[in-house]
Amino acid sequence: MNDYTFAYLDEQTKRMIRRAILKGVAIPGYQVPFASREMPMPYGWGTGGVQVTAACLTPEDVLKVIDQGADDTTNAVSIRKFFQRTAGVAVTEATVEASLIQTRHRIPEAPLTEAQILVYQVPIPEPLRFLEPREVETRRMHALEDYGLMHVKLYEDIARHGEIATAYAYPVKVEGRYVMDPSPIPKFDNPKLSDSPALQLFGAGREQRIYALPPYTRVVSLDFDDHPFVASKADHACDLCGAGDTYLDEVIIDDAGGRMFVCSDTDHCGSRRRAGHVGRLGVPGKEVA
Amino acid sequence: MIRVENLHKSFTLHNQGGAVIPVMAGASFSVAPGECVALIGSSGAGKSTLMRMIWGNYLAASGHILVGDTDVAAAEPREILVLRRATLGYVSQFLRVVPRVPTIDVVAEPLRVLGVPAELARARAADLLTRLRIPERLWALSPTTFSGGEQQRVNIARGFAHAYPAMLLDEPTASLDAANRETVLGLIEEAKARGAAIVGIFHDEAARARVADREIDVAAFTPRPA
Amino acid sequence: MMMATGSAAPLFSVRGLTKRYGARIGCADVGFDLFPGEVMGIVGESGSGKSTLLNCLAGHLVPDAGKVIFDTRTDGPRDTLTMSEPERRMLARTDWAFVHQNPRDGLRMGVSAGGNVGERLMAVGARNYGAIRATALDWLGRVEIAADRIDDRPSGFSGGMQQRLQIARNLVTGPRLVFMDEPTGGLDVSVQARLLDLLRGLVREMGLSAIIVTHDLAVVRLLADRLMVMKGGHVVEQGLTDQVLDDPQHAYTQLLVSSVLQV
Repeated sequence: MNDYTFAYLDEQTKRMIRRAILKGVAIPGYQVPFASREMPMPYGWGTGGVQVTAACLTPEDVLKVIDQGADDTTNAVSIRKFFQRTAGVAVTEATVEASLIQTRHRIPEAPLTEAQILVYQVPIPEPLRFLEPREVETRRMHALEDYGLMHVKLYEDIARHGEIATAYAYPVKVEGRYVMDPSPIPKFDNPKLSDSPALQLFGAGREQRIYALPPYTRVVSLDFDDHPFVASKADHACDLCGAGDTYLDEVIIDDAGGRMFVCSDTDHCGSRRRAGHVGRLGVPGKEVA
Repeated sequence: MIRVENLHKSFTLHNQGGAVIPVMAGASFSVAPGECVALIGSSGAGKSTLMRMIWGNYLAASGHILVGDTDVAAAEPREILVLRRATLGYVSQFLRVVPRVPTIDVVAEPLRVLGVPAELARARAADLLTRLRIPERLWALSPTTFSGGEQQRVNIARGFAHAYPAMLLDEPTASLDAANRETVLGLIEEAKARGAAIVGIFHDEAARARVADREIDVAAFTPRPA
Repeated sequence: MMMATGSAAPLFSVRGLTKRYGARIGCADVGFDLFPGEVMGIVGESGSGKSTLLNCLAGHLVPDAGKVIFDTRTDGPRDTLTMSEPERRMLARTDWAFVHQNPRDGLRMGVSAGGNVGERLMAVGARNYGAIRATALDWLGRVEIAADRIDDRPSGFSGGMQQRLQIARNLVTGPRLVFMDEPTGGLDVSVQARLLDLLRGLVREMGLSAIIVTHDLAVVRLLADRLMVMKGGHVVEQGLTDQVLDDPQHAYTQLLVSSVLQV
């Protein structure tokens, strides 16, 4: 094939990462330390996710990579090309065709299946970090389920903004035990974390942590009785495909304040348009064919 | 009510070559309910020392100090605290209070710690302050800013707020004008009438003659040089 | 209003507590009983072992020997040293409280006053925002912090206010035993007085038991029922506060008392 080991990492490293993944699967939501390697891309570009993907890939896999829902952004394109070159695996933009999806900050709109693995790129895995800077202390807090602080964060939100203003990286509790940062996905995606048929893996390269949600894990978003969790989104339909139930990006389209809302999941939007759905500003789906 | 038996006391001054100063030997006396006993003796004879020992402020070397059922000479700190709260009152010559606390609350505090509701305790405090001629405009201020005579009267009001069955009075009429002196003697007579056993030190001989039933010369308890 | 002291069973019993730092003694063979509603002062100069002792009592340090028995609400007297860490933590955020000398050690400076007070409530499962906020407001009032400061961060508070906030944050879950490490240290004299007054009132109203470490004899005179004097890691004298201060028996206590200007 070429001069690289399959999927770039050497076999010993992949074994080490797989062990961390297995441990993470065994203890859902628990952050497993691992010896993160230097990758040929900067931190913040998904080095954790890339290592998890590399450790999971098989030659038969079909890989999809998205960044904020889109397949065609720099980050997604780079990582996809990286694995095409180092692993020679097939790639796709279609969620339903992929067996392994690496994502930054979104969960695809299309329902996932038991045959799929979703790998998240995680910048800061520790949900308690901004409240308690000491790592030793946060690990002890996890060990002892000392999670009062997590609600302090939500309390502060309500006190300051009148509602829980945390819109992404919204903390969740996994199987009634570990509080987990779901990575910076919009809270709109939080309900999809729970009871998912797919295996969900989280990799943080710089922070050297891997954690996991095995299929059909119960994941609950933290909230207050009188301020319950709401999976909010922009109050619009997609201007291209007309979908009213998807997470939307707001796009400024001229200097006069004109704007449009479009699905952040480009694959989902495209397939809807191919199927004939048209939004306010959409053109019947030829151009995405 | 108060019974002192064969009480001894000495001070050991460790920082002055370990000098041992015996100050009291074989003190014994008792005070019945409704009785007022005056301690007499020259200055330095041990009147205040004896009173402080009954209060539990000075540690006894040996002997017994029974106040009610409690032997102060052998009691645990918490037993002495219970005794001081409900049974044994002490009007010292100095007012010691937390700064910033209003006078009315300083006087009401002995009742508050006994669980008397705030209004009742304050009403009793107001009554006493009125009788002792502390102007009402001062009640909301801390007594730390008051003159010596005013502080003394606040101290007396505080000491008489609760109807203790046993009381220790250290110079209660010192530095008072005639009218207030009369009020304090009246308070002492009222306490006796309700059955309080009182041990007092009075340099004011007329006052002593009026309220004391007996005198005890503490010189009799002064240790003889060995 | 609680009737303090006089109860038959001690709330807190310490036996043979010893902590060494290598060859040096932190504290040695310390023992005492603390009864409900009692306030005990621990005095001594710097290095006397009083802070080591307090930290061993509060579970912040692990002693080398001894027992620290607390009368728990559910299971009666238990040695806190043999409790599991989660149990000890639960105790530390429910029935125990710890007031640090420096409020920055006891507060979350990046969290609002209300969040600071509410944290212990949320830690024990409170999940109603409105109720948490109402309780926080009530407590800010009790420690004399204006209601309109509830959403301000303590970094903008004066030292005295920070200390009062720390007290509110600690007492909000209605603890039965409070450890205080130099609670008035580092404050202006006038601010100290206000704090002492506040603490006295809270101790009386809540029937709190407290252990206060300080080198300030005036503070213990006003707050503590009982006093323990430490020197070189050993308890050299203990007894009723005014008795120890006015008729000290041990040479060191005599030196300590005579070294202070009129307490």
